[in-house]
Amino acid sequence: MKILVCISHVPDTTSKINFTDGDTKFDTNGVQFVINPNDEFGLTRAMWFKEKQGASVDVINVGGPETEPTLRKALAIGADTAIRVNTEAKDGMQVAKELAKVVQDGGYDLVIAGRESIDYNGGMVPGMLAALLDANFVNNCISLEVEGTSAKAVREIDGGKESVATSLPLVIGSQKGLVEESDLRIPNMRGIMMARKKPLNIVEPANASAETTSVSFEKPAPKGEVKLVDADNVAELVNLLHNEAKVI
Amino acid sequence: MSVLVYTESDKGTFKKIALEAASYAKTIADKMGTTVTAVTINAEDSSVLGNYGVDTVLKVNDSSLDTFNAKSYASVLQQAAEKEGAKVVVVSSSADSKYMAPILAVNLNAGYASNVVEAPSSTTPFTVKRNVFTNKAFANTSIDTDVKVIGLSKNAFGVVENTASATEEAFSPSLPENTVTVEAVDKVTGKVTIADAEIVVSGGRGLKGPENWNMIEDLAEVLGAATACSKPVSDLGWRPHSEHVGQTGKPVASNLYIAVGISGAIQHLAGINASKVKVVINTDPEAPFFKAADYGIVGDAFEVVPKLIEELKTFKAQQ
Ligand SMILES: Cc1cc2nc3c(=O)[nH]c(=O)nc-3n(C[C@H](O)[C@H](O)[C@H](O)COP(=O)(O)OP(=O)(O)OC[C@H]3O[C@@H](n4cnc5c(N)ncnc54)[C@H](O)[C@@H]3O)c2cc1C
Repeated sequence: MKILVCISHVPDTTSKINFTDGDTKFDTNGVQFVINPNDEFGLTRAMWFKEKQGASVDVINVGGPETEPTLRKALAIGADTAIRVNTEAKDGMQVAKELAKVVQDGGYDLVIAGRESIDYNGGMVPGMLAALLDANFVNNCISLEVEGTSAKAVREIDGGKESVATSLPLVIGSQKGLVEESDLRIPNMRGIMMARKKPLNIVEPANASAETTSVSFEKPAPKGEVKLVDADNVAELVNLLHNEAKVI
Repeated sequence: MSVLVYTESDKGTFKKIALEAASYAKTIADKMGTTVTAVTINAEDSSVLGNYGVDTVLKVNDSSLDTFNAKSYASVLQQAAEKEGAKVVVVSSSADSKYMAPILAVNLNAGYASNVVEAPSSTTPFTVKRNVFTNKAFANTSIDTDVKVIGLSKNAFGVVENTASATEEAFSPSLPENTVTVEAVDKVTGKVTIADAEIVVSGGRGLKGPENWNMIEDLAEVLGAATACSKPVSDLGWRPHSEHVGQTGKPVASNLYIAVGISGAIQHLAGINASKVKVVINTDPEAPFFKAADYGIVGDAFEVVPKLIEELKTFKAQQ
């Protein structure tokens, strides 16, 4: 089985979010970039398929040279080959079209992409990619088994979960649950050394166009002070929630 | 040319997010000088949709659509959009709609903006405000294609009543072959889900262990709330992963969010910040949650929560 894991290069969850150039660009100053958490759960599941079922695992990012350390980290975790499509990521559809070309050219059976990236929160690349490829698609995937060309997956739904049967070629939107937090791998020295020698192939873009443009950014208005209620006067909280906040 | 809206229902009854999506579609239709067409799938009585600005309802009744299937539902909406010549299609942010919308966008060659929080600031160019960086910022995004798909955030625009009356029309689209088949659905019944809840009660590591969750469940029950938890609580196996909220868990956009024994780490706050009113109960007055909350009690959850449950029971009895 040939697996491709899509890796989004995103600011670490503790990053301060600021904008520059008249609030038109994300300010990367002092920001640490990491593998998007939802992608990392997917990559870790892919490593299981590699070790238990002999799958090959490639990772891919659509972006500029600045994303290479993130791809190297994925190689250090255990992916075989990295691919960088050499173009700036502009929106979900453009990224999905660039990915679709590589998936078609590479004949991948399973594509794993995080259900959402924690920067632009689009939540659209996996679904668009599946639709462009006319592949099967399971979003919010919290369990995946593959036997031959048949797949069994579990999807998280609002208020529960759903078990589905489908087949390859398949795209999944990965998230926590697909593997546990404790299954995530911190690359060791050997992994990091090996990753330096693994191929990181740069491919030229198909020049897909974006369909949306982020014109400007803004930050939420600062919040007012918290109103403290005495621990011995809980009735006051009920009163405030009813009469002032009007939420109960 | 009408604005198309997918009005989701559960066992025949419309969800609140469907009424919110309809209200939003109405606002866009007014700006564009057109009408609103809703698509319902196996919903019984759709007359209520008129109250939220829907002019026409395309009713789809097909037992093969009883269980949700993203590809089939996307195909239904695509055919409805094409029949109506719709330039704008509005869907909600439920798990199902977020699953379907990207497929629909590809089918319609449409640009798709998700997590939209406000009515468009302009219709030419079509510009919407959306949540990015998990509630830490907003982007003003223009959708540059002829047809646009909008995913509306929950509880951001609100439900707006209207006085139209909706005409119904049966609609029988052709369905694609189903290649992802649902074998089992495991859904809690009689319990509010985090996605639909108006109130969410959430517990953190400060509660010390899973055996102490009774009071969280009791508090949720008096309030008709859903229960949630912080990430370590689900990682420790005290609560199921489905209750993990925050940047790497489920987003919460309820009217009221009550955090008990949660410190308020940046990743936690990011995911729940879209909630309208936040309450924190924590022994540590320095806990960062107090900076994000509207109301707070500095105190021991094991004393405060039982008192709060009693006070709420008294309050409910008086209502
Ligand atoms: C990549 C990444 C992603 C993450 N994503 C998320 C996420 O999505 N969601 C999330 O929640 N976290 C997330 N985290 C974890 C986050 O950083 C915090 O570690 C976590 O939110 C802390 O959980 P907590 O508040 O329950 O526990 P703690 O930080 O241990 O806080 C417990 C709190 O309980 C209080 N307390 C103790 N006893 C009592 C008592 N008797 N009564 C009242 N209060 C009491 C304490 O004062 C303390 O403030 C993420 C972390 C990383 C690195």
